[in-house]
Amino acid sequence: MRLVNIKPARGPRFLIGAVPIIILLVLYAVLSAARAEANAHDKVLPTFLAMGQAALRLFTEVDPRTGDITALADTSASLWRLAMGVGIATLSTLLIGIALGVVPLVRAALGPLVTVIAVIPPIAVLPILFIALGLGEASKIALIAVGIAPYMIRDLASHVAGLPAEQFVKAQTLGASTWQLTLRVALPQALPRLIDSLRFSMGPAWVFLISAEAIASDVGLGYRIFLVRRYLSMDIILPYVAWISCLAILTDWALLTISRKAFPWAHGKGH
Amino acid sequence: MTPILSFKEVWVEYGDKVVLERVSLDIAEGEFVSVIGPSGAGKSTFLRLVLGQEGPSRGEVLLDGTPLTPECSPDRGVVFQRYSVFPHLTAIKNVMFGMECAGSPLFAKLFGAARKSARDEAAAMLEAVGLGHAMDVYPAQMSGGMQQRLAIAQALVKRPRVLLLDEPFGALDPGIRLDMHELVTALWKNHGLTIVMVTHDIHEAFKLGTRVLAFDKRRHDPHAPNRYGATAVYDVKLDRKTKEAGPPPELVGAGITPFPSSRA
Repeated sequence: MRLVNIKPARGPRFLIGAVPIIILLVLYAVLSAARAEANAHDKVLPTFLAMGQAALRLFTEVDPRTGDITALADTSASLWRLAMGVGIATLSTLLIGIALGVVPLVRAALGPLVTVIAVIPPIAVLPILFIALGLGEASKIALIAVGIAPYMIRDLASHVAGLPAEQFVKAQTLGASTWQLTLRVALPQALPRLIDSLRFSMGPAWVFLISAEAIASDVGLGYRIFLVRRYLSMDIILPYVAWISCLAILTDWALLTISRKAFPWAHGKGH
Repeated sequence: MTPILSFKEVWVEYGDKVVLERVSLDIAEGEFVSVIGPSGAGKSTFLRLVLGQEGPSRGEVLLDGTPLTPECSPDRGVVFQRYSVFPHLTAIKNVMFGMECAGSPLFAKLFGAARKSARDEAAAMLEAVGLGHAMDVYPAQMSGGMQQRLAIAQALVKRPRVLLLDEPFGALDPGIRLDMHELVTALWKNHGLTIVMVTHDIHEAFKLGTRVLAFDKRRHDPHAPNRYGATAVYDVKLDRKTKEAGPPPELVGAGITPFPSSRA
């Protein structure tokens, strides 16, 4: 049988998928044990035990200097920035993207501008944001919004503009005005796509968040990682990275679930 | 009696390219006009003129004696070959869409008693096209034939002066197509509709229509294929006798082209 035709069943597929992950974990455990054997104060490859202890400390003990539990304070600060930045980007995408997609005049007027903004590397404008908005929360939120909005706007605009022309003609023969057309034909069909492009943009959003926090901040997941880097504290960095990954996976799952529940018609045979 | 639709010396040109030339004809209320012709002979342009998707370069198109503006409006309903229904709305909501637009300029949504009566009317219309059992189904869950029934119901609920069908059965299986022929004929009779249908299928054109229009170019310059436009080269009203005889051999043999000798 040809290799391309061998399709694992559900159970075996799960096992096959778990194998590389287990190999990596075992490999790490062996390597870190060997290093700990050679040097009990090794910092580069901390054992799972050491990481567990560090994580437990960060997630349960109150930092006497700030009066907060460090990991929770970092998480809530980062998530708040992320939510604000992503929220602003999503809202502006909804308004601008749909207007660009539905109204040819708006597309003619704003299309080139959005294209120009989209090619600017967001990190390059971070100094401008710091100068204009200061080093506080506003500049971090702005970086996330500026970083992901242009892609989302262009994606949504092209999706809406690409809806079959027949739908728009049909809606007009049913008496719909431009506004009614936007509200009842374009908007509902834009929403699942918006969630899709939001899911794709969450990765870059985290990158921008961590970059901004690394450069100027006093709390946040990215701030913590870059702070403890100075002490080679891999036992803190690795659990933080794992925690950020969990948050990212959780967000993605939540967005997908919302989309499936709210827009069954957009997901295949939709029940 | 004033004709419901009237073309007066209509030309459609895109720059140097002439698509339609000197189209002059009247369509009376209650007619079922089948439009046939080879590809690129302006059938679709003719339909778009009536629909208001574009305006004539010269001449005018009158609906009930008033010149049409080049914009779609609810006095002309349409069913396309595909994409005629809204995929994000269930069948009943697809049909209610037109009524909701009329009844609620700001939200395009009806509430309370208005919603109830719109819903009842939509349900009756779905019943009439044979979709009474599938009111809360999304188009993606429907077969091609059901989607076209839905598209027809959606258009008819607005009681358009003219119903335009753009190759409505082109994507359907032969058996389903026969069912749709019966449905459209029944609706046309019961609702006293005026229908303009563009089709590729010449037998369908003669079976359903009370009048057949064939579009083609009268003149053809091989060195400048876009120099001359198409016009209605064949226009015949069908009675029972001509209907039973079916399409004349010269129309069938020439691939819908009545004047093959005029082509280079």
